[in-house]
Amino acid sequence: MAKHQIDYLSSGGLPIALTTVDKLVNWGRSNSLWFLTYGLACCAIEMMASGGGRFDFDRLGTIFRASPRQAEVMCIAGTVSKKHAPFVRRLYDQMAEPKWVISMGSCANTGGLFNTYATVQGVDRIIPVDIYLPGCAPRPDTLIYAAMMLQRKIRSEPMNRKISAKRFV
Amino acid sequence: MFRPYTPKGDVQKKPYHTDRFYVPKEIAQEPITDEIVKDDLEKLERAIGDTKSFFMRNEAIVYVPAPKNKEALALLRSLGYEQLMELSAIDYLATRGELEVFYELLSAVKNRRLRLKVVIKEKEAIESVADMWRSANWSERECYDMFGVIFNNHPRLSRILMPDDWNGHPLLRSYPLQGDEFARWYEVDKIYGKEFREKIGEENRDPARVDRNDTRNFARLGYEVGVGEAPKDEITPIKYVEKRSIVLYDDFDPQKQKVLDKRK
Ligand code: SF4
Repeated sequence: MAKHQIDYLSSGGLPIALTTVDKLVNWGRSNSLWFLTYGLACCAIEMMASGGGRFDFDRLGTIFRASPRQAEVMCIAGTVSKKHAPFVRRLYDQMAEPKWVISMGSCANTGGLFNTYATVQGVDRIIPVDIYLPGCAPRPDTLIYAAMMLQRKIRSEPMNRKISAKRFV
Repeated sequence: MFRPYTPKGDVQKKPYHTDRFYVPKEIAQEPITDEIVKDDLEKLERAIGDTKSFFMRNEAIVYVPAPKNKEALALLRSLGYEQLMELSAIDYLATRGELEVFYELLSAVKNRRLRLKVVIKEKEAIESVADMWRSANWSERECYDMFGVIFNNHPRLSRILMPDDWNGHPLLRSYPLQGDEFARWYEVDKIYGKEFREKIGEENRDPARVDRNDTRNFARLGYEVGVGEAPKDEITPIKYVEKRSIVLYDDFDPQKQKVLDKRK
């Protein structure tokens, strides 16, 4: 068939798409964020609500996983007590790289209203945080927005970024 | 219909809080009037001896000597006070140098409540009643965790709310609300080790404080460098020059000013 006879429009536009490996990988990564559910207190209810039919978190390609081995985003929803801090860190360490953290709600960000001996005053004292989500409790829309911000962040960073500078150990 | 008028001219002058550290008056101790409770308490007195009982706001309270707490509770249980509703302690160490451990009992058959109290010194041991009431098992663990009261013959007297290696008993009045040195650094010491204290820094307990160096070790705010440049140690000073998106002119940037050597 001669070149001018091919109907490009019928096959969805141009037959060739040009891209970079970075963009291709990041496109895949950012559209299949699997969340490690980390519901610790009331914020977790909002997190569950975002997963429900009304807000439908899954349409962003996100799936809540209960295993750190298969998750790449840790969404810390709620109050981290000091007793619990080592477990948070352990689960974070068990997640495969690359990984991101969303700190959801005032409690996870700064200790919130629990200005006491038993609460970790900000989860960034134990793990690096990518997105701080303000509010007490943040609505599901906010979490969805945070996921979209995270997608944007992932798309703009190099595929094989080094994250060692963000970690203590 | 109107509400009765009250003059509000001096509302601002009246203090809302007269005394911040108001100490309420002790509630009066009244003699026991209830026949059923009185009967039971007399039996208790005969069996144990050295008890002291009274009413406070229609609640029967009885003090027994600390070594006989289990004996007294067993007797009350046989008298129909079959449920242990609550077990905890009150810290009177600062005023009287002692702790009070209380047991709230309920008798469903007699429709009465009774509070049994024992007075102990700090770190003094008393007998556990975990084999009599299942609810006492974790209540006693909690009491030990929070007040440091030791219960003899408890099946497993370990901390229940706080981590096992916690230092101090948080519900004692001498314990600071925001924690002691140990509490402030607990998670950092445990996860990273003491040598990282300086790197991570103190807990920020002021929610209104904004310090760009706070999260330096993660985000390195103010230490940004250009693409491909090596990380640097000096912080970039904050310049309050904002770029406005107006095509025709740029804002004056003092960093970029240059004195010409020669007139053009
Ligand atoms: S931030 Fe508010 S809603 Fe979220 S866990 Fe803390 S107290 Fe609950």
